Amino acid sequence: MATAHVPTPWLVLEPTARLRPSDLRAAWRARDVLWILIWRGLKVRYKQTVIGVGWVVLQPLLTTLVLTTVFGAFARLPSDGLPYAVFAYAGLLPWTYVAQAVTESGTSLVHDRQLVTKVYFPRVFLPAAAVLRPLVDLAVAATIAVGMIAWFHIAPAGRLLALPLFLLVAVVTALGVGLWLAALNVRYRDVGYTLPFLVQVWFLASPVAYPVSLVPERWRALYALNPLVAAIDGVRWTLLGTPAPDAGVLVAGAGAALAVLVTGALVFRRLERTFADFL
Amino acid sequence: MSVPAVRVERLGKRYRLGEDGPRYDTLREEFVRRVRGLGRGAPREPSAHVWALRDVSLEIAQGDVVAIIGRNGAGKSTLLRILARVTAPTSGRVALYGRVASLLDVGTGFHPELTGRENVFLNGAVLGMTRAEIRRKFDEIVAFAEVERFIDTPTKRYSSGMWVRLAFAVAAHLEAEILIIDEALAVGDLAFQRRCLAKMEDARRAGRTVVFVSHDLATVTALATRAVLLDSGRVLDAGRVPDVVRRYLETTGTVPRGARRLDPAPDLPCAVTAVATADGAARPSAVVARSEGLTVLLEGEVRQPPPDGDEYYVAVDVRTSGDVTLFRTHSVEERERAALPRVPGPFRLECRVPADLLAPGTYRLGLVTGLTGGRRLQAVAPLLEVDVVQDRLIAGVWPVTEGLLTPRCAWRALTPRPACAPPILQPGQDGAGPWHAAATGPAGR
Repeated sequence: MATAHVPTPWLVLEPTARLRPSDLRAAWRARDVLWILIWRGLKVRYKQTVIGVGWVVLQPLLTTLVLTTVFGAFARLPSDGLPYAVFAYAGLLPWTYVAQAVTESGTSLVHDRQLVTKVYFPRVFLPAAAVLRPLVDLAVAATIAVGMIAWFHIAPAGRLLALPLFLLVAVVTALGVGLWLAALNVRYRDVGYTLPFLVQVWFLASPVAYPVSLVPERWRALYALNPLVAAIDGVRWTLLGTPAPDAGVLVAGAGAALAVLVTGALVFRRLERTFADFL
Repeated sequence: MSVPAVRVERLGKRYRLGEDGPRYDTLREEFVRRVRGLGRGAPREPSAHVWALRDVSLEIAQGDVVAIIGRNGAGKSTLLRILARVTAPTSGRVALYGRVASLLDVGTGFHPELTGRENVFLNGAVLGMTRAEIRRKFDEIVAFAEVERFIDTPTKRYSSGMWVRLAFAVAAHLEAEILIIDEALAVGDLAFQRRCLAKMEDARRAGRTVVFVSHDLATVTALATRAVLLDSGRVLDAGRVPDVVRRYLETTGTVPRGARRLDPAPDLPCAVTAVATADGAARPSAVVARSEGLTVLLEGEVRQPPPDGDEYYVAVDVRTSGDVTLFRTHSVEERERAALPRVPGPFRLECRVPADLLAPGTYRLGLVTGLTGGRRLQAVAPLLEVDVVQDRLIAGVWPVTEGLLTPRCAWRALTPRPACAPPILQPGQDGAGPWHAAATGPAGR
């Protein structure tokens, strides 16, 4: 008996939010979009090279100046025995990156609603591009840090090799929080308004302007759940040789970063299929 | 059995009600709702929802060009958005048998700060092309868009025409098996629209499947091989384009369509009492195919014999929807003679407008009855509205044409030029002089 030839569909669209292998294949095939989105962000930011690079360098420098004046000179916060400006700048490097990445990825879907409502591509590319793109800013701003390190005769050491690891914690954290915020911002537009506030609180809850040693011992465990404690303290250690973050802080930080990323990805996955309906 | 390209099974899409206001919530509202829900132990109250699509099932075969038509809010765009994967269905299933490229908007992702070149790569990538593919087709795309000179200029300096041309050029070079297009053709000038239509026609000939939404019935009838009529989220009709378009027009018409009974004054010596429009095979219809021509069916009665040396006639006017009379045709003319009876009794007339004469569009008919001696008895306008639709492409090249009429003209290729046909102008002759008026004719276009 001849059976009718039923071809296999290339793609099936269904209401479920299950993650299927075909989605991963589609994301891999569409990977060019991710690069293009990153490249578009760079292009627009560095269109006028002088202003682009200038701002990327000036922002942490000016913040350093303010912090040095207020916290270093007026409040006389400790800085692990280093000049306060160097101490602050090393902390500001990862912090500025995270703040930028979280702000941009949190608003990425709403900002690019023209894309989301008009064409299909893996939605995660928008917050992901917003998290990866500021890494270039970080690299530009890091050149100043190199100059500072040389100026203050801080000897580079093998611990520098651990730098990418701490930056990875920062990237994972930024991506996790970015996914959460981007997805929620589509559904609940007031999330966008709370973003600056969140960033401000997060800044104070991270060891940017002050050393971890300033945090009372009994609060340390809770404090370490902020993954930026490990990331910022670690970056500062690799660059300046300040006391290294202890193992507990590292484990807590890495664990929290991963937890944020996994939950963020799940929430994003759950909501992404109807993003276009709310934009 | 044809190979399927798209199979839609009992598709449904539900939206929250209140499309005018913001569709998103605030976290605060959601929070308050959840907390209240906890207190009462009850789930969220079901908020008002509307089904934009309900139980839609369709089968689209490979190589079909399917037009989705329907009134505003019928669910056309929602269906396209689901097919384009912009949003997910609430229920049901869609199987796609091939790569899908969607064009729901012209210039998706174009960034004004980027140059034309950069935007081609950006736009191409989001539409599903790889960088290698774009690089390969880049010159072709730029040539199609006719923006070679400005390709390294930021697109914010482009005119809207250039922007649209470049954006469409990218989309036109997609190599997907299934193209999803939403009204994107409604932009650009007429010449550019025509090229877009030609490009779609190419896609069809290449065996690609096209699904598009359009409000322009001329486009629909020019391009589609099949049509789907949606109404309130359901499929009302699907199948042959003229049938579906007819059904659509029947649901929207206001001027009488199809057939109509007249109520002439009883003291008229002769009157038409009923009229209908019909297709080439004289089947009553409010929509006729251009290649079949329009037939008008008339019924009436002679109540008194006409005066000696005089006779009754019936005339039909064909007007554009803008009320320009294209022509009036009489039942009694020097070339035609459908004589009405001279004794009291019923009569029936059929008037056939030649095929291939009326361009696709909506026409209004008018009616006049009278005596050839000059006395007018009946004048009704507008009488009926009728749509002429394109059932096949004119010459397979120009999907739409210029002008109100599309008569079949006799064209003959005289190449190589036979001896009996001398050149229109001799070498050295400039066309001025006594031939001037005649010579500009053939050379004009």
